[in-house]
Amino acid sequence: MNISRSVNARFGWRLKFNSGVVPLIIGISILGGWLLVAIFAPLLAPYDPIFQDAAVRLKPPSMAHPFGTDNFGRDVLSRVIWGARIDLQIATFGVVFAFVIGTTVGSIAGYYGGWVDMVLMRLIDVVLAFPFLVLMLTIIVILGPGLGSFYVAMALVGWVSYARLIRAQFLVLKNSDFAIAAVSLGYSHKRVMFRHLLPNAILGSIVFSMSDAVLVLLNGAAISYLGLGVQPPTAEWGTMIAEGQGFITIGWWITTFPGLAIVLLAMGFSMLADGLGEILGVRQ
Amino acid sequence: MHRYRFILYRPIQLLPVLIGISIIIFVLVRSIPGDPVRALLGARGTPESILRIRAQFGLDEPLWTQYFYFIENLFKGEMGRSILYKIDVLELIGTRIEPTLVLVGGSVLLALLIAVPLAAIAAKYRGRPVDHIIRLMSTAGLGFPAFWLAIMLILLFSIQLDLFPVAGYGKTFGEKLHHMILPWLTVALALSAVLTRNLRASILAELHSDQATAARARGLPESVVFWRHVMPNSLVPTVNLLAINIGWLISGTVVIESVFAIPGMGQLLIRGIFTRDYMVVQGVAMTFACATVFVNFMADVLTVTIDPRVKL
Amino acid sequence: MSPPVLSVRDLSVIAKTDQGPQTLVDRVSFELNRGEILGLVGESGSGKSMTCRAIIGLLPSSRISISGGSVILRGKSDLTHLEESDMRKVRGGDIGMIFQNPSSHLDPVMSIGGQITESIRYHHQVNRAEARNRAIEILHQVGISDPAQRIDDYPHEFSGGMRQRAMIAVALACNPEILIADEPTTALDVTVQAQILRLLMDLREKRELSIILITHDLGVVAQVCDTVAVMYGGRICERGPKREIILDAHHPYTTGLIDCQPSGGSHRGLVKTIAGQPPSQGSMPTGCAFHPRCAHATKECAQTEPAAVDYQPNHMLACHHPIGEINEGGRA
Repeated sequence: MNISRSVNARFGWRLKFNSGVVPLIIGISILGGWLLVAIFAPLLAPYDPIFQDAAVRLKPPSMAHPFGTDNFGRDVLSRVIWGARIDLQIATFGVVFAFVIGTTVGSIAGYYGGWVDMVLMRLIDVVLAFPFLVLMLTIIVILGPGLGSFYVAMALVGWVSYARLIRAQFLVLKNSDFAIAAVSLGYSHKRVMFRHLLPNAILGSIVFSMSDAVLVLLNGAAISYLGLGVQPPTAEWGTMIAEGQGFITIGWWITTFPGLAIVLLAMGFSMLADGLGEILGVRQ
Repeated sequence: MHRYRFILYRPIQLLPVLIGISIIIFVLVRSIPGDPVRALLGARGTPESILRIRAQFGLDEPLWTQYFYFIENLFKGEMGRSILYKIDVLELIGTRIEPTLVLVGGSVLLALLIAVPLAAIAAKYRGRPVDHIIRLMSTAGLGFPAFWLAIMLILLFSIQLDLFPVAGYGKTFGEKLHHMILPWLTVALALSAVLTRNLRASILAELHSDQATAARARGLPESVVFWRHVMPNSLVPTVNLLAINIGWLISGTVVIESVFAIPGMGQLLIRGIFTRDYMVVQGVAMTFACATVFVNFMADVLTVTIDPRVKL
Repeated sequence: MSPPVLSVRDLSVIAKTDQGPQTLVDRVSFELNRGEILGLVGESGSGKSMTCRAIIGLLPSSRISISGGSVILRGKSDLTHLEESDMRKVRGGDIGMIFQNPSSHLDPVMSIGGQITESIRYHHQVNRAEARNRAIEILHQVGISDPAQRIDDYPHEFSGGMRQRAMIAVALACNPEILIADEPTTALDVTVQAQILRLLMDLREKRELSIILITHDLGVVAQVCDTVAVMYGGRICERGPKREIILDAHHPYTTGLIDCQPSGGSHRGLVKTIAGQPPSQGSMPTGCAFHPRCAHATKECAQTEPAAVDYQPNHMLACHHPIGEINEGGRA
């Protein structure tokens, strides 16, 4: 058996390397592309995204308006381009706060164990059993509609996944040889935890955060679609889909293009997560 | 059958979770700004009538007293009355639960029907074009906003091809089936993307596992090896994935119900939040939470049934 | 004399790699008689497992394939040219296989009895009750006490040694004449190891089972084998009756291996080793594969590959400079 395994490993290496690099490159290209679109939106967008031109209402895609115009006569392409700013921001901030809170809580629970861990794990059970859209909707209603409320809601719900990941890593790592060696050298707990364990434990969370960004992006769009996120007339893809839904029979382009934009951005994050996970050897 | 013993004591472990959930729900719902009584009475409300109705719904008591009423009533099987619909919340939920159950159940079933064969094909033809196509489809599928997918399906199947109704639920079995096909398809497509990816990975690992090699060395044909040895072992992580995602799935159905105007729990919830109908929001949220907990419990039972090694 | 149960002639296995084809098993030949236990000895990577995988037609990757030679079963069919459907009847039906790690080679989610009856019902069309009775009988034969009770147990409910017995039971479910045992005792405690070896000898006795025992442990070989084939770098470098191999080996690698045994050497308290590393697939030496590690190597060894010569009817050797005196009685 040993031989077959070693042979597989030897022949498998190149394959594995390749299968990680391709999605990574595609992912980075897509995300980089959107980032450029967001940064240079004022230069790239042919029209003002909120300018209403009554003369060109509900026009199908043409040379002048490649993605058509909506019921207010706004240029859909320009709105998709400007929307990249908002939706990239949603994906980033929706993840960052959850990541920071979850990593901190997970490190503490995993390192100290005992009753701290017990209490935190029960809290995690509660949040996990909670239908998170219910939590998110009520938080947004309490704080008032808008992106700020959305970020608070995402942080309050999203930290759980990171806490679980980091905690599980810590439970394994804290008994590893090098952690024991570090403690025996007389370093403080805090130092061992954050200087020695965290860098090792955090890789999995970073990969996960990329796929989490997809979920956050979809949630942000869904919340805006329900009218609780980004408010009109600001150009955001979820809001655009909601606005176009009523005109679906006479203007398919108003809903189709912002949706495709979401799919493309989400694919960028997914590919990056796949590629990173494969190359770093992180199982999701 | 000692491995099923956890069925007896797991509910006791789950009790703190349910209490925690009830506290969060209660606090959240009370924090929603706006006075439901004022909203209900509108301009007609005199200070006296407002006070009277507040007393009638127990809204003049201190918060913690209200919480204990809430819990006490829960044990009696009462969830209060809807201010908007003027009927018992439990009764209200009773009329709305069927579409949601049908939507979730049908979607999970359809998602499995899509994901299992796709994952099997992708794993079997690993590295070939068909594998790349399935992987690309499932990666893209992860990023499909369900509400947008729903609109696109409506555009194609309802408006262009005129095959299915645009929205609603219907009354007879046939009507319901007809109305539910697009919602099922929407949720199932989104869910099957996650399942296919996960299942493909576990099938791949199991196809090259020692136990599969040993099964082949016993002369079993590949189909037997696959269905009796590879598949059961691969399904264990997938069942757990499904259970973990049930909260997400319920959330997804809330949005899908509002796209297709299905008169289910999700619609009730959204309506309740916007009209400050405390009791309804509380009741629906509690029901969703209990359903999530119950599904996870059932997933544990299923895991133990498939995998005898698991000890709970 | 009846023909050997299994006759392997010049069996070669190659792997397609990015650097071109590489030979994993190189013209391996041996015969296995009824009731014989053949030890296949060598370091990891020497091609012993790969040889056995090639025999039952289950190579671990689609990039690895048989490139030549024949595997004749009972003097009749050549297994290397069999249709897959006929090959499946051979696997389990004529040749059973057991592995080093019973925990990972038994299906964890199917009961032991389920795995035995599955094979029986696939190979012989019998009903459920009959298959179950046979399964209980086999479990009894491999020394599992109270088999009627244990048959519904799952692998994780068995101890390590019991699991190996269960795997033997699964492999013998359809009464194969040949058992290939790939390092069956390596993962076990020494005491359990002895029990499993005794069981194998017992089964040989009762069923006239022929066994190919893959091992790197010459101690195991000394206990149970009749014939020994020593493999190095994908080739058999010396093959002969156990007594001759243990006491009167001629290939420098064989003598080196024997000297490495803690109790075999004359140097008390010091375990000898063979200097250097076994070759890997990418860097197979020219000439004799062993020459970079061989104390007796000459220029000839680095240039020409030594021919495999049967210098006695049952003793094969492939070496330019054999150790000790060779009685060339059998040389034609």
